[in-house]
Amino acid sequence: MNPIGLDIEALLARHSRAPHRLVQILRELQAQQHWLSRDTLSTVASALSLPLAHVEGVAGFYRFFHTQPVGTYRVLFSDNITDRLLGSNDLLHDLCRRLKVEPNTMRSDGRVSVATTSCTGLCDQGPAALINHHQIVTRLTPGRIDHMAALIERQVPPSQWPTEWSRVDDQIRLANVKLGAQPAPGEGIAAAIARGPQGMLDDIKRSKLRGRGGAGYATGTKWQLCRNAHGQTHYVVCNADEGEPGTFKDRVLLSSYADTVFEGMTIAALVVGARRGLVYLRGEYRYLLESLEAVLARRREQGLLGNAIQGLAGFDFDIEIHVGAGAYVCGEESALIESLEGKRGTPRIRPPFPVEYGYMGQPTTVNNVETFCAATHIAVHGGAWWVKIGTPQSTGTKIHSISGDCERPGLYEYPYGTRIGRILEDCGASNTQAVQVGGPSGVCLSASEFSRRIGFEDVPTAGAFMVFDRSRDMFEVAHNFAKFFAHESCGFCTPCRVGTELVVRRMDKLKRGYGSSKDVQVLYQLDKLMQGATHCGLGAAACNPLRDTISKFRPAYEQHLKSLHFAPGFDMDAELSQARLATGRDDSGAHLETLA
Amino acid sequence: MSSDYQRIDALRPGTFSLDGEEVEFGPSDSILQAATRAGHYIPHLCWHPDFGAQGSCRLCTVRVNGRSGAACTVQAASGQEVQSNTEELNLQRKSMLQMLFIEGNHFCPSCEKSGNCGLQATAYQMGMEGPEFEAFFPNRPVDASHPDLLLDLNRCILCGLCVRASQQVDQKDVFAFGGHGIDSQLLVNSPSGKLVDSALQLGDRAAQICPVGAILPKRQGFVIPIGQRRFDIKPISEQVEGSVP
Repeated sequence: MNPIGLDIEALLARHSRAPHRLVQILRELQAQQHWLSRDTLSTVASALSLPLAHVEGVAGFYRFFHTQPVGTYRVLFSDNITDRLLGSNDLLHDLCRRLKVEPNTMRSDGRVSVATTSCTGLCDQGPAALINHHQIVTRLTPGRIDHMAALIERQVPPSQWPTEWSRVDDQIRLANVKLGAQPAPGEGIAAAIARGPQGMLDDIKRSKLRGRGGAGYATGTKWQLCRNAHGQTHYVVCNADEGEPGTFKDRVLLSSYADTVFEGMTIAALVVGARRGLVYLRGEYRYLLESLEAVLARRREQGLLGNAIQGLAGFDFDIEIHVGAGAYVCGEESALIESLEGKRGTPRIRPPFPVEYGYMGQPTTVNNVETFCAATHIAVHGGAWWVKIGTPQSTGTKIHSISGDCERPGLYEYPYGTRIGRILEDCGASNTQAVQVGGPSGVCLSASEFSRRIGFEDVPTAGAFMVFDRSRDMFEVAHNFAKFFAHESCGFCTPCRVGTELVVRRMDKLKRGYGSSKDVQVLYQLDKLMQGATHCGLGAAACNPLRDTISKFRPAYEQHLKSLHFAPGFDMDAELSQARLATGRDDSGAHLETLA
Repeated sequence: MSSDYQRIDALRPGTFSLDGEEVEFGPSDSILQAATRAGHYIPHLCWHPDFGAQGSCRLCTVRVNGRSGAACTVQAASGQEVQSNTEELNLQRKSMLQMLFIEGNHFCPSCEKSGNCGLQATAYQMGMEGPEFEAFFPNRPVDASHPDLLLDLNRCILCGLCVRASQQVDQKDVFAFGGHGIDSQLLVNSPSGKLVDSALQLGDRAAQICPVGAILPKRQGFVIPIGQRRFDIKPISEQVEGSVP
């Protein structure tokens, strides 16, 4: 057997040849082999006793898996609007020019591929890039690009690139409870044990804590439903698939507050009666894996994980980390569970909900990273203390990831009820045109709405806060978000699969200057359809930025229209595309815009 | 215990209202299951009475007590007010049918399935007269390798009925979903990825279930002339499969 074959055998054995480990197996194999050949997929399929088409289907689902050869160096530029505002697109083309490679293709010698990826969660220190689905590079400049091209040509491994390039700062600008002084490891667990599982649950309910991932479901109710559900075993899952563009709070919580996160999971385990916990870490945060594993190992040594935690007989709980492979939709809890089970991350039909039928068909509570942090603080200080912070409907604090046009991007923690305008002042934003709160699936607020307040009753948010000043074209912002949703649609249901693509094509057409007011009407129609007919929330929210920007920044769209009243039936130049294909021509004489 | 004590989980039918008509349902019925059994037509493509729901085509989207949901996945419950045959929902269905047409390559006049095709018949039913959106003209392969069956992915609408039939009835797992987003596609389980090397046989349920012309038996295309085919005779709404008379 060749050395690679031996590697595969060892790797498969380490994962017990279990089908639910498939995504982890593919990820690790690709890290060794750069891409996943049909032979590799076939070997995995037979080892796991799975149909080859199933394995191929899983490999084809995740954006970070390659079933075609890619370069030894894979450079993915983060393509969030905030990276673009900082010039990422020019830097990408600059790198391509220096390396003599076209974007989205492999250089003929197999050395390098350059492409884009959805937001890498480094918006406060971008433009950022992800190297070989592992290493990150922040604060890209033309100088760094020049140097990077030289390192790639000289075949210097990314691990030997300047360490300064991979520096990630927490950039905590304003701390309140969750980003402030942390309880000592074990303090929260001890407080929870003292209350007992039911007492701890009652206190979480008293705190009126709601989920911090966006949906805002009452945490106490979720835990109670899971606790009461019958099953052979129960699971606690931490949703660290922070994929909403513009959000990076979980990156910081996992970097510097991991103890508080794991402690919250352990408290949840006590309440729901779980013996196992899983962290679903987004593939973009792969670089955090070793430090997180180290925290878990230390907590095991401290008796905070493992058997008889803090000496309580029968309180056995441990945590395992699952690394994702590039799929925004896996932030939806049932898609996340499918992915944990080694499948395509397609959202499930609900009900049954994960609290009853979750991971491996067992009762499972899935909560956000920040929610688990909150649970730890509530265990230490009590629900009555928490409920006094924020507003009656939205208790406690919320961490905001602020990026875009402001002087001081980074993390800001505020009690719920804080005015948007106050946040803008604090981060040093001036001449602000709009704020996208909660990411592309959230809401776009114009200047007349800056007196509104953060909270489930007014402006709910999963944590993103992207600022755009008056120099920005809000059409460009919506265009970027539309491309994001089309890129991340899982393809399962008709309205999202085709609708997100139709939206992008309409926006492309407007951008080229061939749009008409009819196109804007069609965008409205697609928005209405997708809100009501999609299988999950991704599709339902896919037109949110479009709807907001059309209604609040209509002139931004109208400047892209050929005429407000004339409605061209078709795009003349696009009609010529088939003729260009047939004649193999793509010169200036074959395009209407450039026809002499 | 008083005689009028009733357990909520007792095996007894309830009723809901579908466009103003009472429909009886049994335990664990979805709205679409109950409506179909009673002979009511709610447009659908990815659902079939013999298989579990997938919920992907979204044509059966109805309003249940004012909220949107796919009739194939929403559990029937007593007292539900279900709206299906409304102008708004039928317009929405027409848009989704147009989406299915333009994302693939569907040329009815030259298609062997014409007249027997669920996509075509449902489009007629919903009054679709044109594509509305620009066609994508995707480049998709045709697999003619199998001696008895043709696989033309140009016409595949990703309903997944062949996936479920092969898994649940034939127990062969011949088909699976691949790719993502607009590049989602049907995969064939075989070493070469070709149908000829798969376990699929002409008599398999998976070989017969395709509602469109993606999986077709060879050499039977025009045995029944156009004009005398299933949906040429009666519209799809009058041929509810799985209804109990």
